[in-house]
Amino acid sequence: MLAENGVPTIEDLAQVLPAPERLARGPVAIAECFQEIPCDPCYHSCLRRAIAPFADINERPRIDHEKCNGCGLCVNRCPGLAIFVVDQTYSDSEALVKLPYEFLPLPKPGDIVSAINRSGAAVGEARVVKVQSGKQMDGTNIVWLAVPQDLSMEVRHFKMEEVR
Amino acid sequence: MIACEICVIGGGPAGLMAALHAASLGASVVIIDRNDYLGGQLIKQTHRFFGSKEQRASERGVNISRELSFAVEEEENIKVLTAATALGYYKDGVVTVEKDERFLKIKPQKIIVATGGAEKTLPFPNNDLPGVYGAGAVQTLVNVYGVKPGQRVLMVGAGNIGVIVSYQLLQAGVEVAGIVEAAPRIGAYWVHAAKVVRAGVPIYTRHTIKGAWGEKEVEGATTVELDDQWRPIPGTEKDFDVDVICLSVGLSPLTEILWQAGCAMKYVPELSGYVPLRNVDMETSVPGIYIAGDAGGIEEASAAMMEGALAGLSAARALGYSASDFNSRRANILRELENLRSGPVGEKIRKGLKKVTLIERQEFRVLPLSSNF
Repeated sequence: MLAENGVPTIEDLAQVLPAPERLARGPVAIAECFQEIPCDPCYHSCLRRAIAPFADINERPRIDHEKCNGCGLCVNRCPGLAIFVVDQTYSDSEALVKLPYEFLPLPKPGDIVSAINRSGAAVGEARVVKVQSGKQMDGTNIVWLAVPQDLSMEVRHFKMEEVR
Repeated sequence: MIACEICVIGGGPAGLMAALHAASLGASVVIIDRNDYLGGQLIKQTHRFFGSKEQRASERGVNISRELSFAVEEEENIKVLTAATALGYYKDGVVTVEKDERFLKIKPQKIIVATGGAEKTLPFPNNDLPGVYGAGAVQTLVNVYGVKPGQRVLMVGAGNIGVIVSYQLLQAGVEVAGIVEAAPRIGAYWVHAAKVVRAGVPIYTRHTIKGAWGEKEVEGATTVELDDQWRPIPGTEKDFDVDVICLSVGLSPLTEILWQAGCAMKYVPELSGYVPLRNVDMETSVPGIYIAGDAGGIEEASAAMMEGALAGLSAARALGYSASDFNSRRANILRELENLRSGPVGEKIRKGLKKVTLIERQEFRVLPLSSNF
C-alpha cells in the first residue's frame, strides 16, 4: 500500500486511469497523485484547461481525459514526477510511455533499456524513442519509451545499466 | 555598535523573505547568517517545490535561493553580514555577533529570528562510527560540494527529507540500499516515496536501525522490525551491506536566542520542540522580537517563506513604515499560509499552531509562568 511502501495499489490506480475507449484514441496524461498535498502546478501548466481548477490547493488533480491531448506539459511541471503520458495507439504491438526523468546520463533514441515498474522491478525491455531535454525543461527531462502494449500501465521508470 | 532598524537573524528562506518584505516598506535591515552564503538549506534543495504558483511551486529550491539572494543583494535597504554567528541577546536589546574572529554588537529596534532548525540524531550501538551522517550533511556533501559520502547508503527515516535526500543520492550515483521508518506510515509526500521506490529503493515502514557495525568505519547496519508498540520483534533482523548510514529523524527548532530574550516558550510536539508563543503577525511575547520559519515550529520552506514575509511586513509596520497596499499584501500572505496548511498533511501544524498562536498581545500577559511548560 502506498502509505506503507510507496507503491500505489490497483485500487489507487483505478481512480485515475482513463477509460479504455479514451486510451484507444491516442496519447493521454495520467496523474498518479493520490494524496491531498498543497500543490497545484499541474493545473497552471495545462494550456487546454484539461485539469480542473482547484477549489482548494490541497485537491488532487482531476484530468478531463477528453480535453487532454497528451502534450506532456504537466509531466514536466509536476514536482512529484507523478504524471505520465500513455499512448496505446503507437503501434499494434507497442505503446508509448512518456515519463519524467531526472538522472544522468540521458539515454539516446534507439537505446534499449530495462523497463521498470512502480515497485522498482524490471518487467521487460523498452526502446527509447525520443528524449525531450534542454534548458526549458529545467532538469526534468521527458523520455519516450516504446514498451509492449501489455506493459503500458506497468512501466513507469527505466534503467540504463542493461543498455545493449 | 551597529544601530539598525531591523536585524534578521538567519538568511534562509524565512529570513530572506522577511528582509525583502521589511525593506520593501522602507525599513533598513541587517541580515546576519553564520554561513558564508545566503539561502540556508535552500541551496541544497535541487528538487522542484510543491505549493502554489505564488510561492514559486515547481521551481527548484536552489534557484529560489539564487533569486532571493540576488534580490537581497540588490536591495539598498538591506545590509548582509555572512559568516556572522549570532552569539547572544542581552537585556538592553543588543545582539552580539562573531564575524571574522571579531566581536560585533548590533542594536536593532526590531529583531526577526529566523534561525531554522537543528537535526535530531538517534541512539544506537556504534552510531559514533565514521560513516554515520545526518541527512543535512549528506545533502551538503552531495549537492553543495559534489562529494559522494560513500558507495551504498542506508537511510533512516521516511519523512520528506529522508526520501528526498535518498533521491538526490541516486541522482549523484550513490546506491541507496533502503529506507527504514519506525512509524507505520511514510511521512514524506507519497509522490516522493513513489519516485524513489520505482528507482529501486525499498521503503520499510515499522523498521528501525538496531546497530551499525564496522571496525574503523561503517561496514554495515542491522535493522529490525517493530511491533505496534514500537518494540523490536526478535528474529526480524536484516543486515545491510552499506558504508554510510544517513539519519533523517527530524529537526528541532533552533531557539537559543529566543530563550535568552525571555520569550514565553512552550513544548509543542506537533511543532517538534520548544517554540515561542506568537501572535498572528509573528511577534513573540517580547515586544519587537518576531519569528519566522522553523525557529517557530518545524514545517517546510514554502510556509517559512510566507511567515518571513509576514514577519517582515509586521516589523516594518511597527516601525511606522507602510504602503498603500499593505493590508492587501498582509491578507494575501495570511491566505496563502492558510491554504498551505488547510489539507490533511497540514493537520499536525494546525494543531500545533493552535497551542501557540495568540490573537491579541494582551494574552501574553495573562499567561501564568507555569503554562510555559
